[in-house]
Amino acid sequence: MSFYTELLISILLLSGGVFVLVGSIGLLRLQDFYARLHAPTKATTLGLGGILIGSMVYMYHLQGYVSINELLITLFLVITAPVTAHILAKVAMHHRVKLIERTSNQDIVEIARKQLPVKVSNSSQKSHLKGTDHEV
Amino acid sequence: MLEMTVMIVGVMLCIALVLNLWRLIIGPDIVDRILALDTMYINSIALILLYGIYNQTPLYFEAALLIAMLGFVSSVAFGKYLLRGDIIE
Repeated sequence: MSFYTELLISILLLSGGVFVLVGSIGLLRLQDFYARLHAPTKATTLGLGGILIGSMVYMYHLQGYVSINELLITLFLVITAPVTAHILAKVAMHHRVKLIERTSNQDIVEIARKQLPVKVSNSSQKSHLKGTDHEV
Repeated sequence: MLEMTVMIVGVMLCIALVLNLWRLIIGPDIVDRILALDTMYINSIALILLYGIYNQTPLYFEAALLIAMLGFVSSVAFGKYLLRGDIIE
């Protein structure tokens, strides 16, 4: 393996490790759950992406061909990380996790929280409203 | 040079795992604990890939893929349980 290949793999691995470490420090240090949610998502995309690309280059030089597994892991992580973050944010909103005080637009939170039970429980009222409002 | 880099990045990932474990222990809400567990899954995937580079084998990619899928499914299952009181309705 030549020097420049090792240098490329080392740079990719080091940048990935730095991003993962910064994401974990952010998970520990930030003040709010919603701020904490934002930190490890970057670690997933950039940090693990860097480590996966470095591993892919290394395995290409080890085997002579690019296998599809690394690309599958990258694709899977890029697809699933926003879904997990969205579900966790929704759980935090419905469990009334505390916000820090200088969060803007705090009055919208109660409106957004109340939308789901209205839609599920009061189906008869909803059809009644539909009959009056939307026929005009 | 590459072995040295693998060692350094491995130490960084282990420090990151310890920080996640600290958040998992002290987390004030249960959502913080789920988030810390999800981040621990991600960091363990990175550590397993690094171990594959260290051992010069592509064998660990399947393990990384399995951990990625199980981590996603478990996080979504925790979230659905906390949201609805049930996982599959």
